Amino acid sequence: MESFLEILKLDFPPCEFIERCINPEITPSVQNELEEYISLLKYKKHDRPVIFIGMDTSGLASGAAKVRHEIEKELNSLGVDAEIVNTGGIGYGAIEPVVDIKLPGSDRIIYGEITVNDVKELIKTTTVDKQIFTKKVFATYGATNKFVRNIDETEFFRHQLRVVLRNCGRIVPDSIDQYIASGGFLGLSKVLNEMSPENVIKEVLDSGLRGRGGGGFPTGKKWELTAKNPADKRYVICNADEGDPGAFMDRSILEGDPFQVIEGMVIAAYAIGASEGYIYCRAEYPLAIKKLENAILHSKEYGLLGKNILNSGFGFELKIKKGAGAFVCGEETALIASIEGRRGMPEPRPPYPSESGLFGKPTVINNVETFANVPMIIQKGSGWYSSIGTEKSKGTKVFALSGNVKNTGLVEVAMGVTLRDVVFKIGGGIPNGKKFKAVQIGGPSGGCLPEIVMDTPVDYESLKDVGAMMGSGGFVVMDEGTCMVDVAKFFLTFIQNESCGKCVPCREGTKRMLEIVERITQNYENNGNGHDAFQRFKGIIHLKRLAEVIKDTSLCGLGQSAPNPVLSGLKYFREEYEAHIYDRKCEAHVCKELLTYNIDNEICTGCGLCTRKCAVGAIVGEKKQAHYIVQSKCIKCGLCVETCRFNAITTN
Amino acid sequence: MDKSIVNNYTANDRSSIIPLLQDIQDKFGYLPEQELQEASIHLGMPLSSIYGIATFYNQFRLTPLGKYVIRVCRGTACHVKGSAGILQALETELGIKAGCTTRDKLFTIETVACIGACSIAPVISVNDEYFGRLTVKEIPKIIKNFRNKSVKENIEIMETIGE
Repeated sequence: MESFLEILKLDFPPCEFIERCINPEITPSVQNELEEYISLLKYKKHDRPVIFIGMDTSGLASGAAKVRHEIEKELNSLGVDAEIVNTGGIGYGAIEPVVDIKLPGSDRIIYGEITVNDVKELIKTTTVDKQIFTKKVFATYGATNKFVRNIDETEFFRHQLRVVLRNCGRIVPDSIDQYIASGGFLGLSKVLNEMSPENVIKEVLDSGLRGRGGGGFPTGKKWELTAKNPADKRYVICNADEGDPGAFMDRSILEGDPFQVIEGMVIAAYAIGASEGYIYCRAEYPLAIKKLENAILHSKEYGLLGKNILNSGFGFELKIKKGAGAFVCGEETALIASIEGRRGMPEPRPPYPSESGLFGKPTVINNVETFANVPMIIQKGSGWYSSIGTEKSKGTKVFALSGNVKNTGLVEVAMGVTLRDVVFKIGGGIPNGKKFKAVQIGGPSGGCLPEIVMDTPVDYESLKDVGAMMGSGGFVVMDEGTCMVDVAKFFLTFIQNESCGKCVPCREGTKRMLEIVERITQNYENNGNGHDAFQRFKGIIHLKRLAEVIKDTSLCGLGQSAPNPVLSGLKYFREEYEAHIYDRKCEAHVCKELLTYNIDNEICTGCGLCTRKCAVGAIVGEKKQAHYIVQSKCIKCGLCVETCRFNAITTN
Repeated sequence: MDKSIVNNYTANDRSSIIPLLQDIQDKFGYLPEQELQEASIHLGMPLSSIYGIATFYNQFRLTPLGKYVIRVCRGTACHVKGSAGILQALETELGIKAGCTTRDKLFTIETVACIGACSIAPVISVNDEYFGRLTVKEIPKIIKNFRNKSVKENIEIMETIGE
């Protein structure tokens, strides 16, 4: 789509465009053209069908690019003239790829799980027959009718409150005009024209916004401290190094609505008097980086970045720094070290970055989601924002709901909603008739919470009280087929790999913890002197103490929170640990070394496939006769189970 | 060899080492020693510190990659849905461990913390192609497809040379 500057061929500055999107008090001739353009941007008025395809990373991973290609081909062969636009994802991962179709004069309708094979029928039904493709219809942005429900009335969206994600999947993330037409940069123009930096800080402070990266430090306080420190230069950094396995909120925000993050950053820069900023984004998110680069370019063209922003005299430069794949760089001092071109290792605090941060200057570091909240706070006021949420935790929080749950995807809820509501009302419960076991919140720094604490409200303090942590917002649901010892082992392995090695408790302590937990899941016979059993027992006794020492003495947040998965596991799933240690059993059938494998001779056809695959020759048998496993030889690798075509191999 | 990469960066500005290494890796697929030496001279940084940085960050590698890079997601959601089994199946299928390249330089297995496609877990990506909601039984087929693809491409190359 062409930019408004080209269409109108007028030379009024973009700042006026922003304001006139809201107050069109201009000469009538311009007003008409402008209004027409805005309604075009909002797809209120258009003369050919518009097809929106959710092309963020998870959409692409589900095959959105192939679907787009197929749609183009189909439109061509039908001779239908339609506009195809790429949006971000609406966040409902379970129904991806998502295709929205809007015909002139009717509502925008969302279709889910569109495969290449559906395209032919979808395009014909919608664009030629002008009907709703009922087979794959999910919802509509218009009013509910007898064929389709409004999006906010569907199970997945009904209990959500979308502030940060309001535009994701709806607008085209590459179009600055669409962002402006939907009320974007209004907050920035308000800040620059009407507010002093002190007022901005006060507004953010009053809103009660707290850091969404996990720590939960009040954002306004952070800005205030940074602004107070005298300096010739200050920096704003956006932390988009989302390394937490199981979290993808920041990526979706950057891919779906990058401009709001930039707007938030410019507001922060104005408040603290910073002239330069960085977005530190993971290199594993190439698409997010591309969207950001594009967003920065357009913002510069419109005079929303650079010198003299919106003719206010205030200037701010923004650069992208690509992270190089180190989880610890999510920690603020390590992130600064990485931008400065050093190994990303944390440093002792104080001095905090607010005193001496990037290149020794006062620096504000906030998470993507924190910055994304700022424009709405300014626009709608701190009173509005602080009316959402609980007493100490205000606003909304985005979670990445995944794992063994029906509706996976991005969920934004008001603080104070219970975990049960998120899993069962929004998530739709556990698929395949299995039982709920635990929910893992906050990634490697968080904990696993069982059924009994499911009525805990989602806020910083309550989650800490039950042994988890808000973290960045990973929310992984686990069913009865998950082994909690294995989960603890998984997180410890992760931490062990990602520990930067600077401080002893984290480097050595997590290694020892991992060894202890690994020993629990190991087979006796493997390294079978009595010494091993003794070590295992001693390890368990020390596990909790070791965890607490690591927690108290580590240098940075990574180490301090590293034992959480184990501690919460010991607290809530003690019986499971005991079953592993004393009974040598894994109820969930996950810890392979504790299982015994047998071949059901009723089912076995004697095809011999497993015999060929078995690395240690533990499976014997005549051709076309039932085979059996020599237990003393079996190394319990589980390969035979995966190889067998008849599911004849049982475990217990 | 190629001076243009280092010359995009200001001399003696140590803060640009990471973007510089990223550019080198984008071009060569890994960090050749020759390039690192040039970077060292250009930025006025000891080669040992550059080596320190290159080995600290997961992204950098000092050995070349295979033709097809298989990235196995080891995020929490994928783990819960059985990515450990997927990784094991890949390792047995190709006869190499994660982080290694097959002898024929065709496949490299890498593990990544999170691809960010948790809703279709477990996920692997082969170069730019994603495979979601995988089962262990699909692995041999995927590998075979890529093997065949490579053979076909090689034949095509031979034919063009022949012509």
